Amino acid sequence: MMSKFKKNMRTVPEVSTASLPDIVFMLLFFFMTVTVMKDTALKVENVLPNANEIKKLEKKDRLVFIHIGRPTGSFETVLGTEPRIQLGDKFADASDVGPYVLAKRARMPEHLRPFLTVSLKVDKNAHMGLVADVKQALREVHALKINYTTYEGDAHKNLE
Amino acid sequence: MGRRTKMPGVNAGSMADIAFLLLIFFLVTTSIETDAGLDRRLPRENKDSVVVDYHKRNILPILIGKNGDLMVKEELASLGELRAFVRAFIDNGGILEGNQGHCGYCGGEADPESSDNPLKAVIALNSHRETKYGVYIAVQNELVGAYNELRDREAQHLYQKNFTDMDREYHRPETTAEAKADLRNKIKYIRGLYPLNIVELPQQQKSE
Repeated sequence: MMSKFKKNMRTVPEVSTASLPDIVFMLLFFFMTVTVMKDTALKVENVLPNANEIKKLEKKDRLVFIHIGRPTGSFETVLGTEPRIQLGDKFADASDVGPYVLAKRARMPEHLRPFLTVSLKVDKNAHMGLVADVKQALREVHALKINYTTYEGDAHKNLE
Repeated sequence: MGRRTKMPGVNAGSMADIAFLLLIFFLVTTSIETDAGLDRRLPRENKDSVVVDYHKRNILPILIGKNGDLMVKEELASLGELRAFVRAFIDNGGILEGNQGHCGYCGGEADPESSDNPLKAVIALNSHRETKYGVYIAVQNELVGAYNELRDREAQHLYQKNFTDMDREYHRPETTAEAKADLRNKIKYIRGLYPLNIVELPQQQKSE
């Protein structure tokens, strides 16, 4: 009796790690399916303003993004601190916005073209003049659905 | 022959390591966040300007100065009181009962100096070129908030549901097609009662 007990104590059964790969694979597949690869590197500062009366932007296939903000890091030394427009991964002028959106629209499947929405991701410290220029350019190419993309939060914080 | 049947098994011990490596890669590159924001529709561009004869009382001019200060109807205002001000303006219903254009569902004070009817009430938003975008969005947010409050009230009254909840339900993928059709009609009707009339004036180049 005693000897049996002692023997058990000495050989603690090891935890089987055979199912570890399965668990990891499960996690892996989860992240593989939910991943959206970032296709652009931001070259402008992009702290979006807060708002609370917002709606979610759901389908990514019909969105065109326009980033506006002050150039970051090394770009600041070349381009200065005035806010700039970033289209795709390039800096651009307000006059380039129209052709860019048209090119994006042409690349879209035909049934999605009427639903094209431009998501304006504008830094909260950018000034309205540039935004107004972009909006005018969008009107000229008839891209009328826009979304002022924001963070969810208290809008009063924007004033600080 | 005996050798063949006794094939050594492939060591799967390192499989977990490989899977971990991939997992970490996807963890790092993932961005699950969904974007959200304020939806707007830009006005169609028309080259020949249309002059619409509008009564001054139906227009609420809001000006955002370059330092972020607000002028509502030529008076300084703070962001905190903007929502109530806009709400009172839209919901005023200045035409008295029995006359054409009377707003039966409005709950405002029927001030003859303010808007006739939510269908006619227009908010004219004007900003300076130097105005910060953050302030502009805060103002837009308050305007949408005022409209949403009124629409919520009307939707509660008619369908015992909030307009914003109905809208959210409409966009949910689980909602069935019949429920969607029903919701679409209700949403359209409520939107018709309080249409979002926000006009943005061309920006002034001159400095004041």
